[in-house]
Amino acid sequence: MPAGGGWAAMFPDEVWEHVFSFLAADGDRNAVSLVCRGWHSIERRSRRRIFVGNCYAVAPAVAVRRFPNVRVVSIKGKPHFADFNLVPSDWGGRADAWIAAMAEGWPLLEELHLKRMVVTDECLELIARSFKNFRVLALSFCEGVSTAGLAAIAANCRNLRELDLQETVVEENCVHWLSHFPESSTSLVNLSIASLEEDVNLAVLEHLVSRCTNLKTLKLNYAVPLDRLVNLLRRAPQLANLGTGRFTAEYRPELFSKLESAFASCKSMKSLSGICEAVPEYLPAIYPICDGLTSLNLCDAPVNGASLTKLVSRCKNLQRLWVMDVIEDDGLAAVASSCKLLQELRVLPCDPYGADPVSLTEHGLVTVSAGCSMLRSVLYFCRQMTNAALFAVARSSPDLTCFRLCIIDPHTPDYVTQEPLDAGFSAIVESCKDLRRLSVSGLLTDNVFRSVGASADRLEMLSIAFAGDSDAGLHYILSGCKSLRKLEIRDCPFGDKALLANAAKLETMRSLWMSSCFVSLGACRSLAQKMPLLNVEVMDEKKRGGSWDSQPDDCPVEKLYVYRTVAGRRSDTPPCVWTL
Amino acid sequence: MSTTLEMERSSTQPVVDYEETALTLGLPGVSRAGGWDQQERKRGFSETVHLLDGSSGIEPRGGEDLGDESPDCAASGADRRRASKERVVGWPPVRSHRKNALRGCTYVKVAVDGAPYLRKVDLETYSGYHHLLTALHEMFSCFTIRDRRLVDPVKGTDYVPTYEDKDGDWMLVGDVPWK
Repeated sequence: MPAGGGWAAMFPDEVWEHVFSFLAADGDRNAVSLVCRGWHSIERRSRRRIFVGNCYAVAPAVAVRRFPNVRVVSIKGKPHFADFNLVPSDWGGRADAWIAAMAEGWPLLEELHLKRMVVTDECLELIARSFKNFRVLALSFCEGVSTAGLAAIAANCRNLRELDLQETVVEENCVHWLSHFPESSTSLVNLSIASLEEDVNLAVLEHLVSRCTNLKTLKLNYAVPLDRLVNLLRRAPQLANLGTGRFTAEYRPELFSKLESAFASCKSMKSLSGICEAVPEYLPAIYPICDGLTSLNLCDAPVNGASLTKLVSRCKNLQRLWVMDVIEDDGLAAVASSCKLLQELRVLPCDPYGADPVSLTEHGLVTVSAGCSMLRSVLYFCRQMTNAALFAVARSSPDLTCFRLCIIDPHTPDYVTQEPLDAGFSAIVESCKDLRRLSVSGLLTDNVFRSVGASADRLEMLSIAFAGDSDAGLHYILSGCKSLRKLEIRDCPFGDKALLANAAKLETMRSLWMSSCFVSLGACRSLAQKMPLLNVEVMDEKKRGGSWDSQPDDCPVEKLYVYRTVAGRRSDTPPCVWTL
Repeated sequence: MSTTLEMERSSTQPVVDYEETALTLGLPGVSRAGGWDQQERKRGFSETVHLLDGSSGIEPRGGEDLGDESPDCAASGADRRRASKERVVGWPPVRSHRKNALRGCTYVKVAVDGAPYLRKVDLETYSGYHHLLTALHEMFSCFTIRDRRLVDPVKGTDYVPTYEDKDGDWMLVGDVPWK
């Protein structure tokens, strides 16, 4: 082998770049960059996409400097449990520093994907000014922007292809923001505004949709009524992904038939969502597209099970189904027999806090697992479960990659045997060798975690709530689970011993969240001291400006977030957060 | 999330012994053995709320009232257990911050003292209190509406519409603007 740079100098840089362009996976590109300095240099200059799983893991300027020619960037901010109000609202995840660094270092940036970050109008204005080739703005689960910021994007991003605000909270202070898309703007391919709560100017929207002939994805908000949906569909029969607004109106036969024929003219429709508050009378208008649908999201449609069943039974090519528990076991039985290509099932609770009996039980899950041999991903909320049902799922769906079960009442045992659900979940991890994501619930002892630690070799994300008996449970996980990247735990009797014994493991993971467990400040201090490449953040929302330094070691830590980083302590922690 | 409307007897009328005509209350399918009998006749609305609210997740006040339930009333026991659990932050793990998600949950249970079963109404379908009371009158058609009260034509007792708010307090219907 030639020494020094000779290895890389075998071919001109362009050749290596071309070779590397076939490496899509970040892991592969990272590996390539470790081979030698030459490759490191070529690789970093040719990398076009980067993914930052934790915005605080690396300093923005460092990332921008290392990869000067990035076109597409994805960044995630807050921990997942922020979705359930467990993370203090001022915790952080601000996008400012990133966008400022990108504006300076990546003028040719085309796509920005942010998840769970705090974005401001100033950020949007900076984006609008800085990136002349900007094409895609995707903000999911973000907050902090207003429609004034969206107006700036609309007005200035001449080649904007995608504006996607999935689940992002937007302050709606600029009513006419849609009008800021200039007449000449015809490039939109994706406009997703379902999270907006106020009215948009429908005439302007209709005109925008008319002139954007490449529009493939249109997700409307609740404020768009059914009759205007007809107009929009007529202007965009080429749509592949539709999110309707409200799907409720007094029944009028002529509206029904207009809606039905509008759907019938959409020959390319693959995905349907919205259907907010659907009334049964209008659901049949959707039938013309059912055969072609691969994805159906009915989580905003609390319609009776029978109507849902009729609809879903016609969707023979469905790969993804998101639905509420009002579909009941009978509806899921129909899914099992009609939707043979189903890969992903999500069943969410219509009334999470009520305890009204809903006829959705473990049987629905077992039936779908048995009937749909391609099932890979499950998110299932229910009120009762048995080990037997979990054994059945483990047997009939060994190829599951994601299994998230939420039994709504904490500590619920197998309702037939009254035993913990350890055996059932153990069967799942032992059978499903490719499992990458797991959420457990119900009555669980430390034993289940022994199985998880030992068997779940490919598991990357694990969520635990109200489970376990002692530190042993946490120890089993941290000393096993070879591929674990993200661990989030709430309300479990896990504490200091397991944490400190497995400190090194935490550096191999992206992050650990523990809230309402038995962790003490002293242990956190030790952990921080032992592991300089980890940020150990403790949080207590009652503490505003008081000093953490003076707290004793035995002070309990209500919320703990540990993540690996090369950026050191962050400088934007609010008063309720302390980095040890 | 759910609230219960309840008709409460106004206190001015003398108590009439109507044992022969008394209707019993309880959950469907629950056997009425043992200690329940004593409770039935004298059951005021508070206990009714507890029995029937047991399935709505609202924490009952004075849950000890139901101490002498019979052992085979497993269904109501389970409901009570559920009802007495406080709501935990962020559990179950569903996102519900959007107005839209809450929009669908406008159903409330209506119980009338002395009626054999409850009804459920969707508040969204009514444009105002009068509309609501008219509809309730139709549902519990043995009563008539006078002013904002339902009146039992046989006994002349007034029924005053009340509801339990999210703090667990009983409020007179009509004070808060309809929206």
